[in-house]
Amino acid sequence: MSAPEQPPLDLDTLYRDSRVAETLEALDRELIGLKPVKTRVHEIAALLLVERLRQTVGLEASAPSLHMSFTGNPGTGKTTVALRMASILHSLGYVRKGHLVAVTRDDLVGQYIGHTAPKTREVLKKAMGGVLFIDEAYYLYRPENERDYGQEAIEILLQVMEKEREDLVVILAGYKDRMERFFQSNLGLSSRIAHHIDFPDYSDEELFAIAQLMLQNMQYRLSEEAATGLREYIALRRTQPHFANARSVRNALDRARLRQAKRLFEARGAPLTRDALMTVGADDIRSSRVFGGGIAQ
Amino acid sequence: MRITQGTFSFLPDLTDAEIEAQVEYCLSNGWAVSVEYTDDPHPRNSYWEMFGRPMFDLKDAAGVMAEIRGCRDTFASHYIKVNAFDAARGVESLRLSFIVNRPENEPGFSLAREEGKGRRVRYTTRAYAADKPEGARY
Repeated sequence: MSAPEQPPLDLDTLYRDSRVAETLEALDRELIGLKPVKTRVHEIAALLLVERLRQTVGLEASAPSLHMSFTGNPGTGKTTVALRMASILHSLGYVRKGHLVAVTRDDLVGQYIGHTAPKTREVLKKAMGGVLFIDEAYYLYRPENERDYGQEAIEILLQVMEKEREDLVVILAGYKDRMERFFQSNLGLSSRIAHHIDFPDYSDEELFAIAQLMLQNMQYRLSEEAATGLREYIALRRTQPHFANARSVRNALDRARLRQAKRLFEARGAPLTRDALMTVGADDIRSSRVFGGGIAQ
Repeated sequence: MRITQGTFSFLPDLTDAEIEAQVEYCLSNGWAVSVEYTDDPHPRNSYWEMFGRPMFDLKDAAGVMAEIRGCRDTFASHYIKVNAFDAARGVESLRLSFIVNRPENEPGFSLAREEGKGRRVRYTTRAYAADKPEGARY
């Protein structure tokens, strides 16, 4: 018996009718760089659309596991993306309510016997229907202290991550080397996480674009010489110790604002325009210690 | 006889999906949901035992359903009810309270008469279940 006549399936209309397009565009616009993250989000969005299409023709569509692990150097956007991931997944239709509960070890681990389980379960109940974000997840596991109750919290997490996959998405974040050691000692946790995403360091161009976006959000603008100066600053700062990507750039911009404010204050007799309040000049950037070979403070 | 205490008590037992829908309604109104159990069916028994703490700040019914399931597993033949508490100023009381679990056989109530001074008769209800000690009633 031949297969029944199959009508052509239209993915394009489904895409245009859903809210997926605007979510992806907002992501591309508001976060600079982060190619692996954006690729993965696009893949999840495509899977969502295909699943919906499969449902219309009666094929089975099961929700994939969405637990994620974000690793990377300081200031590469792990916490920022995790905070956005809740609303992204909600607008893609993967989580029901789309709220984010951000916890660290203290919120999960108790101080005495019998304290950990209720504490962890309370947090998990609050996070149901949304995303649970565990920052610095490796602190949960303290092998050197046998009276530590972190292992209990991990056990409960493992159970919930496996059984209540449709209700909760767990995102762990932390620095790469420590997270790797953490996963090696907790293979169950590592295997339950479907998406291990590494956040690469930003390039100079990306850091400059981030700086411009930050300034735009704070309603400042750079003069042309200041823009050149900022590019040089970024290249120099990268070579110095304790470079923290976007966070270093944000700190630098805050210091530049301080210097701009000081400059304006010292010239306070002279007439001041709105433009002058908004513009960060070349001196405000170039008077940084970084240009003289000193340490950024 | 089915005791008819709380909301929906004249309807057939709510399915899990219906309970979840009711809990979602409560949570969407910002009410705190709690689970209580008892084996004393007297209508004036207003202080049931709490199962776990009241759940404030919950966004989704999945957590509450897990508590209800846990309570059903532990106390399969007790009465279990779900309360929703509204903390808004001026209300500060329960908004919704419905039974989600009953024992298989509910023996019902008897009417007890007490003759007092001047041959005045006072009436009260007594639950047949209360003849047995707590914990061994159903």
